[in-house]
Amino acid sequence: MFKVLEKEVVNDQVDSLVIDAPYIASHAQAGNFVVVRMHEKGERIPLTIADSDTARGTITLLFQKIGKSTEEFGTLKQGDLIRDIAGPLGHPTPIKKYGHCVLVGGGIGVATLYPILKALKQKKNKVTVILGARSHDLIVWEDKFRELASDILVITDDGSSGIKGVVTMPLKEVIESSAVKIAMAVGPVRMMQAVAELTRPYKLQTLVSLNPVMVEGTGMCGACRVHIAGKTKFACIEGPEFNAHDVDFEELINRQGFYREEEAESMEKYKKKCKGKCKNKGSKDPRGQGVK
Amino acid sequence: MRTRDPKKRAKNFLEVSLGITETQAVKEAKRCLQCKRPKCVEGCPVEIDIPRFISMIREKDYTGGLQVIREYNLLPAICGRVCPQENQCQGGCILGKKKTPIAIGALERFLADYEAAYGDAEAPVKAKPNGHKVAVIGSGPAGLTVASDLAKLGYEITIFEALHEPGGVLVYGIPEFRLPKKIIQGEIEYVKSLGVEIKVNWVVGRTETIDELFEEGYEAAFIGTGAGAPRYMSIPGENLNNVYFASEFLTRVNLMKADRFPEYDTPVKKATNVAVIGGGNVAMDAARTALRLGAKNVYIVYRRSEYELPSRQEEVEHAKEEGIKFKYLTSPKEIVSDEKGYVKAMICDRMVLCEPDPSGRRRPECSGDEFTMKVDQVIMAIGQASNPILTHSVKGLNLWGGGYIEVDENGATNLPGIFAGGDIATGAATVISAMGAGKRAARAIDSYIKSLKVSLRKKRKPSAAK
Ligand SMILES: Cc1cc2nc3c(=O)[nH]c(=O)nc-3n(C[C@H](O)[C@H](O)[C@H](O)COP(=O)(O)OP(=O)(O)OC[C@H]3O[C@@H](n4cnc5c(N)ncnc54)[C@H](O)[C@@H]3O)c2cc1C
Ligand SMILES: Cc1cc2nc3c(=O)[nH]c(=O)nc-3n(C[C@H](O)[C@H](O)[C@H](O)COP(=O)(O)OP(=O)(O)OC[C@H]3O[C@@H](n4cnc5c(N)ncnc54)[C@H](O)[C@@H]3O)c2cc1C
Ligand code: SF4
Ligand code: SF4
Ligand code: FES
Repeated sequence: MFKVLEKEVVNDQVDSLVIDAPYIASHAQAGNFVVVRMHEKGERIPLTIADSDTARGTITLLFQKIGKSTEEFGTLKQGDLIRDIAGPLGHPTPIKKYGHCVLVGGGIGVATLYPILKALKQKKNKVTVILGARSHDLIVWEDKFRELASDILVITDDGSSGIKGVVTMPLKEVIESSAVKIAMAVGPVRMMQAVAELTRPYKLQTLVSLNPVMVEGTGMCGACRVHIAGKTKFACIEGPEFNAHDVDFEELINRQGFYREEEAESMEKYKKKCKGKCKNKGSKDPRGQGVK
Repeated sequence: MRTRDPKKRAKNFLEVSLGITETQAVKEAKRCLQCKRPKCVEGCPVEIDIPRFISMIREKDYTGGLQVIREYNLLPAICGRVCPQENQCQGGCILGKKKTPIAIGALERFLADYEAAYGDAEAPVKAKPNGHKVAVIGSGPAGLTVASDLAKLGYEITIFEALHEPGGVLVYGIPEFRLPKKIIQGEIEYVKSLGVEIKVNWVVGRTETIDELFEEGYEAAFIGTGAGAPRYMSIPGENLNNVYFASEFLTRVNLMKADRFPEYDTPVKKATNVAVIGGGNVAMDAARTALRLGAKNVYIVYRRSEYELPSRQEEVEHAKEEGIKFKYLTSPKEIVSDEKGYVKAMICDRMVLCEPDPSGRRRPECSGDEFTMKVDQVIMAIGQASNPILTHSVKGLNLWGGGYIEVDENGATNLPGIFAGGDIATGAATVISAMGAGKRAARAIDSYIKSLKVSLRKKRKPSAAK
């Protein structure tokens, strides 16, 4: 059992939890995730370790409520217990002194980017951060990023904060005006795909963090398989980060939508059970591609 | 052996085999010739004294009979159900030469079930602690055996298990209709009652490394992490929706209880026409699970002939009774997608058998002829590979054949204090062979730790003299 020490409502789709998990905290590296099962009947879902504190023995999870499990997760309060958390899992992000790095985060993707930013800054890299979202109130953790980033650019679909547009616009400018050594993008699959297409002609090394459906997260089931440069890879142990230019994004999108009907059924049942008390604002994104 | 009605059982997950009655057991026991040099014992990987426990069944001393088995085998209720007896004990039985061999597995199961139902087995007495700590990694049959054998000698044992439930393949792989979960729970409770602590959600190599375990005071470690990683064919269409690897399909149903979705949160796709690729136990389990989830037609697609099927014979018989269809000499070549990215059909090669390969089985080759099966789900059950997380995290550990751990006959690896056994050392094998490896490793760990004590004493002496 794992105890929730703090709970914060970040915006009306996103919550964060600080959880007591000393062993995971002391082993977590940038790019790692955990698999969480809230209760006996719950699903095992992967969530990135958005932050960790070895001294306090805590990890922070940042999650967007887009379906039954994440919605139910949002009901957790300080002092509540989570049945199972396993980790840290996944291959850590390759961190070294690159020079100038650009991090591109869409929506909840910032959960993955924050520890990467922290680690890159420790290695004294210059890091430009581009944060994108649909609108101003969906920008997550802007202050925390501002504290560490060398530069930060905010961009929204509706222009309610920062520039109006999509993340590839400022990214192109940064790449063309400066000697960028590596780009990392985390967010909706379509966004990561657009970043990959943008950086390809520049031959700029680009990493993306993939979010296929997972079950146990330790390389034993193959649910999370993706095609990378024509080869099958298990994202939970060989990823979740891969070279963006090698990813078969269309296949990933297809596989993410595999359980769409069951997910809708599960959410429907859950909504009935809690009789309107549980709002579900995030499910506008029907294929769940906004996840991460 | 009594079984449930095939028509009814194909729709539920209740145990198929009902075991034998007391009268049947005694009658069967009386058939045994009590051979002087029993061939059955040679066939059993842990060499249970089979004639002895059978003679006790004759005398209706069931507790005594079970005690005989338990000297060799920690999990009789499980082995009686899942051992490939026809290749092991029963394959050796002298009576099998002319007629039917003694139903040794059924007798073993009878004793275990009888004891569980009527026995007044006292709680085992906890051994006096000897002050030494041993870490066991993985809670499959290998790990459980090492843990209980060492606990009985007074060691303080912690089992570290990556999943949220202990039991290994017994809980996430083998389905309820073949091995009810409550039997495994019973066995795990027994192991705990010996004083063994089980830490779940503990991915050794990630949550903590082996080196850190040694720093915490564990003096030896046993690795029993199994061969859980699925193999696949790399044919076109393998990543379409509704193509499952058997491990995922079975994990969803067995561990996550997806057959009870939406009561349980984890879903599994139900399909109408299902092709399962492979001919082993895993393939049979996947096929019969798909049937129970409501499929109309389930095919076992196997590239050799019926004669070469590696599965337990009983499972093949049960599968046939339930209506599973067998397509032999057939190998998938491509899985075809519908317009939405889901499986629509599978193109297969017809195979012919050529001269035997090194394993002695005749090698299949394409005949050049192909045909298409209309299916909406494909489940790959073509074998498992080694579990990578732990082995990759231990520096200097000698491995063989793509990630299995190299061990000597006692389970010792090339690194001092680190032992291994079960599927992670042998490649995918059987429950009983994993347990046998656990038994040998437990003995080796005990003498290793005793030798440490001796060498420590030797080291201390000169300094004490000063
Ligand atoms: C490595 C990794 C890290 C992730 N980190 C985060 C994070 O930090 N914050 C966050 O909000 N989300 C993260 N996700 C996504 C998160 O796991 C899903 O949002 C969650 O599983 C949805 O579950 P649900 O029941 O709420 O929604 P559902 O209605 O069940 O699903 C909605 C969509 O989520 C995805 N999904 C569903 N089940 C799973 C599953 N078992 N594994 C992976 N994806 C699934 C599917 O694409 C699906 O269409 C991560 C995913 C991966 C693979
Ligand atoms: C579907 C199926 C059906 C089968 N049917 C039969 C049958 O009928 N008869 C038969 O004899 N055999 C059968 N087998 C084979 C048999 O189950 C295995 O040979 C046996 O379980 C191997 O035991 P083990 O202890 O080596 O490993 P496993 O049972 O595989 O257990 C290994 C455990 O280690 C855990 N683990 C892995 N990595 C780590 C880590 N880093 N840290 C902590 N824990 C970790 C795993 O989660 C798992 O719980 C079947 C196998 C399958 C998959
Ligand atoms: S353990 Fe298996 S092989 Fe040995 S006697 Fe029992 S059923 Fe036969
Ligand atoms: S070989 Fe057969 S008949 Fe002989 S002791 Fe063993 S079980 Fe009995
Ligand atoms: S989630 Fe099972 S192999 Fe990756």
